[in-house]
Amino acid sequence: MAYFFQLLFAGIAQGCVYALIGLGFSIIFKASEVINFAQGELLLVGTYIVSAGVFEWHLPFFLALGLGIVVTVIISLLFERFILRRMIGRPVFSILMMTIGLDIVLRTSVIIYWGSNPVPAASPFAITSGFNLGGVLFGANDLWTIGTTIVLCAALYYFLHYTKYGLSMRATALDQEAALAVGINIRSVYALAWGIAAFIATLGGVFLAIDSFAIDPTFGGVALIAFPAIILGGIDSVSGAVVGGIVIGVTQVLTAGYESHVTNIVGAGIHEITPYIIMILVLLIRPYGLFGTRKVERI
Amino acid sequence: MRTSAAGEKWRAISQPPRLLGNTSRWLTLGIGLILAILFFTIASEDWFTIVNYTMIAAIAALALNVLSGYTGQISLGLSFFMAIGAYTAALLGGPQPTSSLDPQGFGLSVLIWLPAAGIVAALVGALIGPTALRLKGFYLGIVTLALVFIGQYLFRNLSSITGGPQGRTFPAPAFGDFSFDQQNNLFGIAVTSGQQYFLLILPILALAALFVGNVMRSRAGRAFRAVRDHEVGAAIMGVNLFEAKMGAFILSSFLAGIAGALFASYTSYITPTYWDLTLSIQFVAAIIVGGIASIWGSLLGAAFVFGLPQVIDHFSLLPASNSGVGLNSGNLNALIYGALIVVFLLFEPGGVLGLVQRCQALIRSLNRHEREGGEPAEIIDLSYNAGVPINIEDAAPVKGDSE
Repeated sequence: MAYFFQLLFAGIAQGCVYALIGLGFSIIFKASEVINFAQGELLLVGTYIVSAGVFEWHLPFFLALGLGIVVTVIISLLFERFILRRMIGRPVFSILMMTIGLDIVLRTSVIIYWGSNPVPAASPFAITSGFNLGGVLFGANDLWTIGTTIVLCAALYYFLHYTKYGLSMRATALDQEAALAVGINIRSVYALAWGIAAFIATLGGVFLAIDSFAIDPTFGGVALIAFPAIILGGIDSVSGAVVGGIVIGVTQVLTAGYESHVTNIVGAGIHEITPYIIMILVLLIRPYGLFGTRKVERI
Repeated sequence: MRTSAAGEKWRAISQPPRLLGNTSRWLTLGIGLILAILFFTIASEDWFTIVNYTMIAAIAALALNVLSGYTGQISLGLSFFMAIGAYTAALLGGPQPTSSLDPQGFGLSVLIWLPAAGIVAALVGALIGPTALRLKGFYLGIVTLALVFIGQYLFRNLSSITGGPQGRTFPAPAFGDFSFDQQNNLFGIAVTSGQQYFLLILPILALAALFVGNVMRSRAGRAFRAVRDHEVGAAIMGVNLFEAKMGAFILSSFLAGIAGALFASYTSYITPTYWDLTLSIQFVAAIIVGGIASIWGSLLGAAFVFGLPQVIDHFSLLPASNSGVGLNSGNLNALIYGALIVVFLLFEPGGVLGLVQRCQALIRSLNRHEREGGEPAEIIDLSYNAGVPINIEDAAPVKGDSE
């Protein structure tokens, strides 16, 4: 039973990382209806900078973290300002491909600068620290991840519901033209959404990196697993991203923990595709996710 | 009485489009044939490798253009369907296993395994289609992305067909002793393996391009584009959305299966990791860079994204691809096509083809200005708008305008 709870705990922590990445997707989608395929690569760049800051440039961890966040936020703002803003009104497919273009450029730049060998992950505490309770090890990193996710979600909730900018962001998501008409500066809303997404991406990336001790250029692919999480929750729903992330994280870790019993039947590595299978099943029943809003088509 | 260029243009349009209807088309075909023969006789084996791979990529780019370009359904799952085709070919055409560890193979002829590769991929497409096509926009994109990952898992585990993570060999087309993987005598002339594949792939590519081009001029093709431009609008005009989307999905899967089988056969040994998301994205990049919803765009895009890097490699302009730090050909290639996607979408959504057409239109308008002292803009310029070009041949001719 301790094994089960250990997996459950690990799954929740894993799910929180997916939720952090998913929040980045949701925020951008909510503001501008753009799916940002480059989210994973923003995370990659941020994590590499934090790692390089600590191990190459010998900065204190939190300074490196700040540097990583600043750089990714700047990349993200520049991309939004000079590239995506010119694409407003173009087909979804084109905008989606733009972000894939950014994704490729960012990943290749990381490979050109740092090579494709793994680099160690930076961490503010000893990676193995934590405490043991009834046979279940509560790792410091997992606790930090869960704690940060809770704090960030609360902050986002407060921001979206009680601050001027948060409210204008929600208004923009609801109806762009109406938002313009009441004097909301849509440009700054878009910029804000991209900035927040990049900030969250770097945080999520750092936690995920600590979990796996090292990072390499394929690290950004984790965002592809966050896709099922946001789809499950409904892409335009912030709470959906969190619920979806945790569901996906827990199922994935549980499958990974128990799959050795069924390897003969289903083959190795089934946990890699469980998120996708769950996503397809959910979409079959609810094409707009569990918490997403159904769109009404107009001519 | 209308003797202007516009009048001639309309007269041409009011007749059904023909493959070889006029002199300029005969001329193009003739020049194309002469170039192909010239290439065939003087090119080295390295160049055959580059051109053959590019032509195979062009078939797959056509497949994606049918689904994403013409019908507007976002798909990142092309590599999955290519893999289905490739493994069908391997299963049907591969050598019979000599030990229990070898992957299965039935040793059938290329005349069976090549069409079967397309048909099985199309069948799989028909099975998945009804589920996937319920979804719209990026939801479909993400489900097809899931397909790639599920495919990777299946191919890793179905080792009796795919050889498992170690991969397997794929059959070369063979007619009796005449096998494409070795040098043969064709009517007394020695032809290399690359030349034989060239002779096989070029007609298939031509047929595929011709077929897709003609389908897109038909009722079905117009339905595809109506679905892309406005789904609800198309449905109101009487287009059966399900039929149109399924038609595009199945045609696309069929072509992808053929391309996959050809690619696997030409490469001869592939591990399942080859059929990954990067491959799909490269094809999406190809149709964007080349030109969305266009036959020539597919060919140009394949040449840009798949041919150009090999040419750069061939002339060793940069250090060969490896995992080292710094700029090498692999990295440069990725950087270029990532940046090209962004640049083309921003400035020329019609792709390389759009650029070509823009130049043609510019030259034409310059000529016209010189000849006739500047005529007001006419209707033919519509097809050279920025954005996805409107195909003038689709526009219904205005009655009486040809007189």
